[in-house]
Formats: sequence, C-alpha cells, structure tokens
Amino acid sequence: MTNALLEVEDLKVHFPVRKGLFQRAQTFVYAVDGVSFQLNKGETLGVVGESGCGKTTTGLAILNLVRATSGKIRFKGNDISEIAGLPVPDQMRIRKELQIIFQDPYSSLNPRMTLNKILHDPMKIHGLYPGSERQDRIEFILKKVGLTPEQGKKYPHEFSGGQRQRIGIARALSLDPQIIIGDEPVSALDVSIQAQIINLMVDLQEEFNLSYIIIAHDLAVVEHISNRIAVMYLGKIIETAPVAQIYHRPQHPYTRALLSAVPIADPRAGRHPIILKGDVPSPRHPPTGCGFHPRCPECSIDCDIKPPELRSLGKEHYVACHYA
Amino acid sequence: MSFSWKNIKRRTNLLIGSALVMFVAGMAVFAPLLAPYHPTEDANILYSEEPPCEQFWFGTDIQGRDILSRVIYGSRISLSVGLFTQFMNSVIGIFMGLMAGYFGKWIDDLIMSITNILLSIPTLVFALAVMALMGPGLINVFIALGVTNWSYTCRLTRSQVLSAKRLNYVMAARALGYGKFRIMFNQILPNIMGPILVISTLGVAGAILLEAALSFLGLGVQPPTPSWGGMLAGAREKLFTAPWISIYPGMAIFLTVLGLNLFGDGLRDLLDPHITQQK
Repeated sequence: MTNALLEVEDLKVHFPVRKGLFQRAQTFVYAVDGVSFQLNKGETLGVVGESGCGKTTTGLAILNLVRATSGKIRFKGNDISEIAGLPVPDQMRIRKELQIIFQDPYSSLNPRMTLNKILHDPMKIHGLYPGSERQDRIEFILKKVGLTPEQGKKYPHEFSGGQRQRIGIARALSLDPQIIIGDEPVSALDVSIQAQIINLMVDLQEEFNLSYIIIAHDLAVVEHISNRIAVMYLGKIIETAPVAQIYHRPQHPYTRALLSAVPIADPRAGRHPIILKGDVPSPRHPPTGCGFHPRCPECSIDCDIKPPELRSLGKEHYVACHYA
Repeated sequence: MSFSWKNIKRRTNLLIGSALVMFVAGMAVFAPLLAPYHPTEDANILYSEEPPCEQFWFGTDIQGRDILSRVIYGSRISLSVGLFTQFMNSVIGIFMGLMAGYFGKWIDDLIMSITNILLSIPTLVFALAVMALMGPGLINVFIALGVTNWSYTCRLTRSQVLSAKRLNYVMAARALGYGKFRIMFNQILPNIMGPILVISTLGVAGAILLEAALSFLGLGVQPPTPSWGGMLAGAREKLFTAPWISIYPGMAIFLTVLGLNLFGDGLRDLLDPHITQQK
C-alpha cells in the first residue's frame, strides 16, 4: 500500500439530474459508485468495461476535471481529491504530474493553435525550463513522439488522425508528468495506426518512467500494454488482477463473458461466446444487490439482496462476486 | 479555413457588400478631398433648394448647402457611430457571454436575466430614454447605443461557449493547469470568433440605423453637423416640393446598411462550412 503512486479509495461521482421549476436535483446518475484501486510507479493499469460503465468519468475525476462526490484520491500520499480548493501553486504542482490523452484526436487539440504553441504554453504556465531552452525541449519531445521539429509551425488540421494522437501524447509529455491517463487513446484510430501508438506509449513509458491508466473497451489493446486490469461494470470495479490472471483465470461471470467475446484469429478454434441477455441497467436506477445480477448466468437468490464486496483471491486478484 | 480567394469569389453578396462598405469608408476617410463644397460653411441662401444641376450634383437644401458634400461628410458620423458603438457592444457582450457561459450557475442566471430585461425593451425606446437623460450630442449617442445593445452578442457568445467548453481541448487545457481566464480568452474565444464577427457586422448596420433614427428625432448629432438622419429630419416638410433633399441621405443610409448586411451574410456563408460545401 505504501509505495503506491496513486491511490483511489471509494471514489464516487454522482451526477444530479435536475428537473422542475427550481432545478432541484431529484435523482442521480451513479456514474462512478465506489471505485478503489492503486497504481504503482512504472505500472500500467488497464480499465475495461462497456460504454457507460464509468471508466471515463473515473479518469476525469482523478484529474479533477469532474468533481468527485465523495472518496479519496491520493497522489504520493497527498490527498488531491479537492485540488480546486488548494492554493494555486499546489494545484499547479499536482496538475503537472497528472496528464491525460483523449480518445478523439480531433476535438482534443485547439484548432487555432500551432503545434509549437500547444507544447510551449503549458511549460510557460508552469514556469518549466528557462525560456531559451523551451524550444529545444519542444523539439526533443516532437522527436520522441515521432514528429519532426519542422512540423511545429503547423496547425492541427494539417495532421492525420494518428499524427494528431502523437501531438496529444506530446502535449501530455510537455510537463514531464508521472502519470498519464489514456482515455481510449487508440480506439478512434485505424488498426494499423493503433499498434504504432501503443508501441510508442510503451517506449515512452520505459524512457520517462511513466505510470499509465489506460481506459479502453478493446481487450486486445489493454492486454498488450497493461500489467494489471480492472474490469468495471455499472460504476464499480468488479474484478481486478494481473493481466495473465484475468485472461487465463477470470473469476467474475461478467469478465468471463467479456473475454469470451474477444475474437480469436483462428477459424478452427472452438469459440463459445457467452451471450449476455438484456442491456446494461441504467446507472440512474442501479439494481439492488449485485449490479450484474439481472444479466448474470450464475445468479442466485442472494445476488439481488446483498451487494458483493471486492474480496481477495490471493496474488493481487480481487473479485466482487458471491460465487467466485 | 475557407478564406481562399476561390471561396471569396463565389460569394456575390460578400463582394457587393464589401464594395459598398469600402466605398462608404472611402467617402468618410477622404471627405475633404471628395466634397466639392464645405458641408456647413458654404451656405448660400441665394441657392436655396436648388434641384440637382451641374453646379450641385445632388441639389441644395433649404439653407443653400450642397447636399453631395453633406452626404459625404455625413458618412463620417454614421460610420464612426456604427463602428464605435458596435465595438463597445461587442466588448461588453463577449465578456458577459464568456462569463455566463463558462462559469454558469448564478453568474449565468444573473447575466441572462439582465439580457432578458434589455431584450424586452425596444432598443430605440431605450436609447431615447438614455439620450433624454443625458441630453443630445455625438458623445452621448456613442454611450447610449454602446451600452444598450449588447444582449444579442452576449447570448450568442454564451451559447457558443457552452458548446465549446465541453470539447476535449478545453478539458486538456484544464488538466494542463491553464487558468480560467486564459482558457476563456486564449482557448475558447479564438474558436468562437466566427459567428461573433458576423453578428457584429450586422450590428454595425443596426447601430447606423439607430443613429439615423435618433438624429431624425432630434436627439442625436446636432445641426449644423451633417448626419444622414438629421438631414432627413430637416427635409421632411419638403418631401414633395424638394424631394432631392431627403432622397440622397436616405439612399446613403440604405446603401450603407445594405452593404453591411450583405457583407455580414457573405461572411457567415464563408465561415459556415456546410454552406461552403453545398454551393
């Protein structure tokens, strides 16, 4: 517990649904509902789950881009869950260490700023590097992400999707952070480009000693890059384990269903996907007990009464199921 | 961006509009060189109400002043009122709109309530009230029109900010530690200037019309300073006996406002990628 770089403890993000004349919050969307995990130095945590399960919101809440309803986020032991309330210098110090790469490489870059300016401004705001060295630093980063210094004068629309994602990575690197959260960093790209970007991220991780939280719905991508995986369902982590454990011995019925849906590049491999019935319940009215019980093939009488706790199965393998 | 000459050339409204605007602007700038007579001092009662002739192309008014010269000089008042008051309106409106859109909550409610109140009062009536309080005069016209007419710009800016602030680059800027005002002015504003520019251009035309109306009602620029609205007021009684006194300043107002509106429309077409692709 002690050497964790980032600890998230019982994080909850509930969005009020405002209705009526006085805009009173009448119901809540339980986007993230009690998520706990930790991230070690140099580690990559993959967060997977269906659309709407709260993966992205978790990432944004860690960066304080969405306000957490409750819960603790600790970076190197310091509570950062309410950094908007901290003095500006402290805020800036924390902002510098945690960065994000977005899914959509088109809306994530300001169309009116040149690449140089995109990379220069953050350094200026944080007062990093003397003014004369910043240009060298920009060129250094550009080379690291596979762009050329000459491209610095161009605007985002002059680049392709893959190049734009490289710019997004360069921007995250510009402040020399310790943690980068990748919110589906490759899912908007062509498959051939996906591999390039993933490999780039792995290389940069080694070189800059980065820790990643990679949010994705593509299990193949996550398997390649992650050390540990957390599976989310309806705002909760339902299983977390080292990558080999998850892929070879999934314990939660949902994880098993998810993995059985991954295509195998061998037509003769007997594949028996577990087809889940129904849809993901609305996070506005989550089911009682275990959130997965209405769709669970192994559901029993307890499941709709008692919410399962995340419990250890040994070797860093945790699962939230009564029957695992 | 669609600012290529090829795209501009296809917008007839933009071309005609900018030609008209440039023509009026040229009149204002080079008035002393263009006007054959002095607009106020070359009054000769012997030439009162001369119809257009070789000596006075647009005829003369009751006091015997050359109408062509007065129309040329009048463009200075109209354009300066139009540009200056719209500039004030834009500055106030953009600032208020950015605040309302970005901060939301009670700031948004407050600013939106103010704009609702302003929008519920007809602009001319409001400007008349302000002018009545402060008294007539050019400076007071600037103030009266400059602070009363920013609601549209404000509302437009707010709606643009609301959609822009959800974009990922704004999120990224927050994660990178950009301050609130830097995000508002450096990140959001440059990306929403297109529609604001269009509405501001159209606002100049509106301000020119309002100034003409105020001067026509005797509360604007005071005689003998030539202004198109004031010239119309003086010519009202002579509408049938000496129509040239009112026709030429009226035409000047009409062409200037038409030019600005065409220019604004053309600019909007140019900045809106959907229309650019259709044509």
